Amino acid sequence: MAILDDISAFLQKGKAKEVKELVQLALDQGLPAKSILEDGLMAGMSIIGGKFKRNEVFVPEVLIAARAMNAGTALLKPALAAGGVQARGKVVIGTVKGDLHDIGKNLVRMMFEGKGLEVVDLGVDVGADKFVAALREHQPQILALSALLTTTMNEMKTVIDEVDKAGLRSAVKIMIGGAPITEGFRAAVGADSYTPDAAAAADAAVALLQKAS
Amino acid sequence: MKYAKLAIESARELEFGFAPRPVTTSHGLAIGSGAVHPELKFTLPPITINASSMPEILEQYEGIARGALERAVHLGQRCLVLEFETLLEMTMESAIGLRILDLLLEACEEFRAKEGLLVEVRLTPNDARDFERPPRLRSSRWLEPMFELFEKGALAGAELLSIESTGGKEVHDEAIMFCDVQAAAFALTVLGVRDVHFLWARIVEVARRTGRLAGGDTACGFANTAMMLAEKRFIPTVFAAVDRAISAVRTLPAYEEGAVGPDKDCGYEGPFMKAIAGIPISMEGKSAACAHMSRVGNISAACADLWSNECVQNIKLLSGMAPTVCFEQLVYDTRLMNTAIARGSAAELQRLFVESDKYTDPQALVLAPESVFEISKAIVGAPSYVAAGRAAGLKALELIEEACASGRLALDEREVEYAARIGDELAAIPEDEGEFIEMMLPRIDTKACLLEEYGIGSA
Repeated sequence: MAILDDISAFLQKGKAKEVKELVQLALDQGLPAKSILEDGLMAGMSIIGGKFKRNEVFVPEVLIAARAMNAGTALLKPALAAGGVQARGKVVIGTVKGDLHDIGKNLVRMMFEGKGLEVVDLGVDVGADKFVAALREHQPQILALSALLTTTMNEMKTVIDEVDKAGLRSAVKIMIGGAPITEGFRAAVGADSYTPDAAAAADAAVALLQKAS
Repeated sequence: MKYAKLAIESARELEFGFAPRPVTTSHGLAIGSGAVHPELKFTLPPITINASSMPEILEQYEGIARGALERAVHLGQRCLVLEFETLLEMTMESAIGLRILDLLLEACEEFRAKEGLLVEVRLTPNDARDFERPPRLRSSRWLEPMFELFEKGALAGAELLSIESTGGKEVHDEAIMFCDVQAAAFALTVLGVRDVHFLWARIVEVARRTGRLAGGDTACGFANTAMMLAEKRFIPTVFAAVDRAISAVRTLPAYEEGAVGPDKDCGYEGPFMKAIAGIPISMEGKSAACAHMSRVGNISAACADLWSNECVQNIKLLSGMAPTVCFEQLVYDTRLMNTAIARGSAAELQRLFVESDKYTDPQALVLAPESVFEISKAIVGAPSYVAAGRAAGLKALELIEEACASGRLALDEREVEYAARIGDELAAIPEDEGEFIEMMLPRIDTKACLLEEYGIGSA
């Protein structure tokens, strides 16, 4: 439909105001919220995400598109809830205790949001207890951990052990990332996924969710 | 701004191994007086820092120092610097940092006495204030432990004092992700400048009181983050190049407060500091690929006085432990530069460093001595830090656009579009700090950035 194509096009340009106006218009016209979300907003994000992966756009374009998507999604939320439509999945994300680096984690968060995932961002310097509490409160399908230092990466193991001790390990897939992290480290600490960059992390999250469903 | 003119008359005076205002350490290591020396930096392999791991951590640091010192003797490298940049736990609990420092100093003293090495330790407490969110730059509970480490470390024998300060980073991080050059300039020339003044007045005072050298700062958390994002193609290289030029204004107040150099290795704005303040500088490039990739591996050596590897984990490689391996690479790099100086070929070697990188990337272009000279002139000719940042950014853009117009630098269409946008946004920045603050206030998240911690809005 033309209006959904227009939503997608304006979203790709990061035009939040126009996206909001068109989403409202689409709702007024009686289009299903699920269709506006999937065929308008997420379709646009998928195109911009693809361009980013092919080095055709930079991160700022992705981020402003994500902002536009959030603006549109906020309008859709009541209708989505009323129709029983849920987010594609939920992620709790944070940088582990003792580590203050958050640019990489923020990029991953925004890439997740661009894939239509609901993200609970716990910030930086997050202890294992806070991760466990957040898992209990938000019940996400994915826990994403970030670390940039060789002296904090082992904290990921602590978090995974605590999640296990809390009896929550089978309910959540754990993704890890950061400069010193490797596939070998992932295997050693018992995480489910390691990806080297933000775009790959978003794809991996979607793949994990599809596998789980 | 203190500096109204440059410390040099022409770009030709920007040389490696020579600084207009060289320094000599208390043990007699001359820096910027006609030679380039290696500076080794290192960190721990994957390990958690706690009481039970302390014996292993101490052993690691001592092994790193002794490995490098023994290699120095073997290679006949008399002059060197070891940088000890603390990790969070070592600053928050300064006794840990001091214990490690003591081990390094003991090893250095032994090799001074036994082997006649001219070796010094640079102490760089990490900026623990960044541990709190929002950061409380002036009232942080981590400020005093940090200065305790500076003070006691200097008294223990750390000859060079440095820091990678973080004031303004909370705004700059988001600015670079959105390529918002006005917010980046605000972070660097208002917030950063104010914080660098605040910190360095005190660091210089510690150095003077203890008879040490107040080395210098680095915009690593700022322009190097932009460099890393550009390297991953997350942001345009032209933005990173402009951010680099503006970052020089942020670091300059350290020298206005009395820091004498050498500045910190990861401060790629060092050449601008040499041009303006005349200080000797530490630089890193191709031999820092163990820590991060870059597009400026050769050109960054063009006016280095210390040459560093940035950082390497203490892990085993085929030939030996990684810090020892890095040290050997630095020795050969600096030996080549010093041989060039000795035989009068330094200008030619510098030309090779510059020409091999200059037109491969805008970030390299702005580090060419002739670009550094022009951008530095723009900085000292400005009436305020904000105006200096704007002028530095616009001059960097002008040089990039000239290089593109001449066909020597190739930028893709997306980069060209960004260059135009960055230029327009820079030109719209007012010269007056008060006006700039007024302009930016509606865009600053005052919950994430506490302006009073920069002395803004307070009496």
